[in-house]
Amino acid sequence: MKKNKLTLSKKQNLTGWIFLIPAMALIMCLSLYPAVKALITSFKTGAGSNMRWVGIANYARIFKDTVFLQSIRNCIFYLIIQVPVMLILALILASILNDRNLKFRGFFRTAIFLPCATSLVAYAIIFRSLFATDGFINTVLVKIGILDTAYNFLSHATSARIVIIIALIWRWTGYNMVFYLAGLQNIEYSVYEAAKIDGASPLKTFTHITVPLLKPTILMTAIMSTNGTLQLFDESVNLTFGGPGNASITMSHYIYNQAFKGVANFGYTSAMAFVILIMVAVLAFIQMKVGDDRE
Amino acid sequence: MSEKFKTVLKYAFLIICTVVSVFPLLWMVIAATNKSVDVIAGKLSLGTNLVENYRNLIGQQPLWGNFWNSCKYAILVTVLALVVSSMAGYAFEIYRDKAKNMVFSVVLMTMMIPFVALMVPLFQIYSRLGLLNTTVGFILPSLATPFLIMMFRTGAKAFPLDIIEASRLEGLSEFQIFFRMFMPTMKSTYAAAAVVTFMNAWNNYLWAKVIMSDNTTQTMPMLISSLTSGYVTDYGMLMLAVLITTIPTAIVFFALQKYFVEGITGAVK
Repeated sequence: MKKNKLTLSKKQNLTGWIFLIPAMALIMCLSLYPAVKALITSFKTGAGSNMRWVGIANYARIFKDTVFLQSIRNCIFYLIIQVPVMLILALILASILNDRNLKFRGFFRTAIFLPCATSLVAYAIIFRSLFATDGFINTVLVKIGILDTAYNFLSHATSARIVIIIALIWRWTGYNMVFYLAGLQNIEYSVYEAAKIDGASPLKTFTHITVPLLKPTILMTAIMSTNGTLQLFDESVNLTFGGPGNASITMSHYIYNQAFKGVANFGYTSAMAFVILIMVAVLAFIQMKVGDDRE
Repeated sequence: MSEKFKTVLKYAFLIICTVVSVFPLLWMVIAATNKSVDVIAGKLSLGTNLVENYRNLIGQQPLWGNFWNSCKYAILVTVLALVVSSMAGYAFEIYRDKAKNMVFSVVLMTMMIPFVALMVPLFQIYSRLGLLNTTVGFILPSLATPFLIMMFRTGAKAFPLDIIEASRLEGLSEFQIFFRMFMPTMKSTYAAAAVVTFMNAWNNYLWAKVIMSDNTTQTMPMLISSLTSGYVTDYGMLMLAVLITTIPTAIVFFALQKYFVEGITGAVK
């Protein structure tokens, strides 16, 4: 009897592995193997079959590559401005929309979530057109007299970066808000009613109830946004073309250009890609340390 | 501050956010029906140039060919990814043991690999195997994603073990249990996963740009991106192309908003 049962569970265990074969084979071949290959390539130089080992030369080169350093600075700039502004805005919107007595709640929620329905390239192009020299924003600003002549937002470094940030906030605030609304569903609504009866101000309710209880969700959205911002590509390529010069280029955009435009040095591009990996890992680790105070 | 004033402030804030959220999309629709000069002049009402914009667009670009490519890639990715990833997620939960948990941790770790690190080796592998510019080539890397596997693993936690036990006693094989019991029970998880996967596949730009060099195999995001490269932009035509790119995801968004929300929040917890 016991022997029979053992073989049965063994059989089920085996079935489990069979279920896993397609997914694991794909992840092995299209994710793990290429990642290892890229890591090895990052210590080599040359092209095609003429690759030779160069140790850490590719990584050393990064510190002398002014464009890549610029792209790192750009991504960090996007990260430290856009992510906090967006998450705070999303939190405020979620806590307003969580009020069951609010009129047109569903309408507001759908409207603010709507930008998520657009593809990344599509919204990048819409914002490029809106902020162009002959675009709608300039037309309006000139008409109402704020500007004398049209301002070329996309050909000045700071304004080009800010347009990217505005576009990102537009596209992703509703997305993050949805996470917070889902998180707020798990908080007993009576907590809010009790706070109201006790005369707590909306600000106090927000900082003393909403934020602490949503901490795990906030942590997760922060990690996701950080990861996303460090890998920005579509917006840089389609909104500002990385310009003016390389003033708004992102790391992924620069790596793509290095790999597929002109003479490629796959060793160097792989090294740059691993810099992103290290940044993603380190920042996720820091955020988890800061965010996790359970112990 | 009086109570009334606060309420007014709250609604004013919501209305501003709503206008800012909706305006760029509304502007896109309006621009698609107008002449480029009217768009530049800041016209904010529907025009009569839609047909003309459409003619210019199909005259310049393989619009419907590329639209069909995007649909084909996105639908194939969605159907296959759901089967492959749900089988994995199910197995990680239902047949879990130490070894599988370890494999699962490795799967989670692959989430951190930035796509630009994989892009070059994948391009090399693909050119050796002749997978560049192919449908199979496009869909393969999207079929087993850590996000979906995690989502189905979480979903499988809610699947009652009693059903599995009972089905085994009935004599159903493990595969039959998965396809006949698990899949129908988890309809809403599948719907949520489908919406998110479809959106991601439709929007996938970098990967398409890496492997699709031929303009007959390229996707809609690539098409609209190529429209902005000229010196003079025809805004009417451009926004019509952007609008056509947005319609499928907008339909999915409106029809399945509930599942979309479940989908993006689904893998966590």
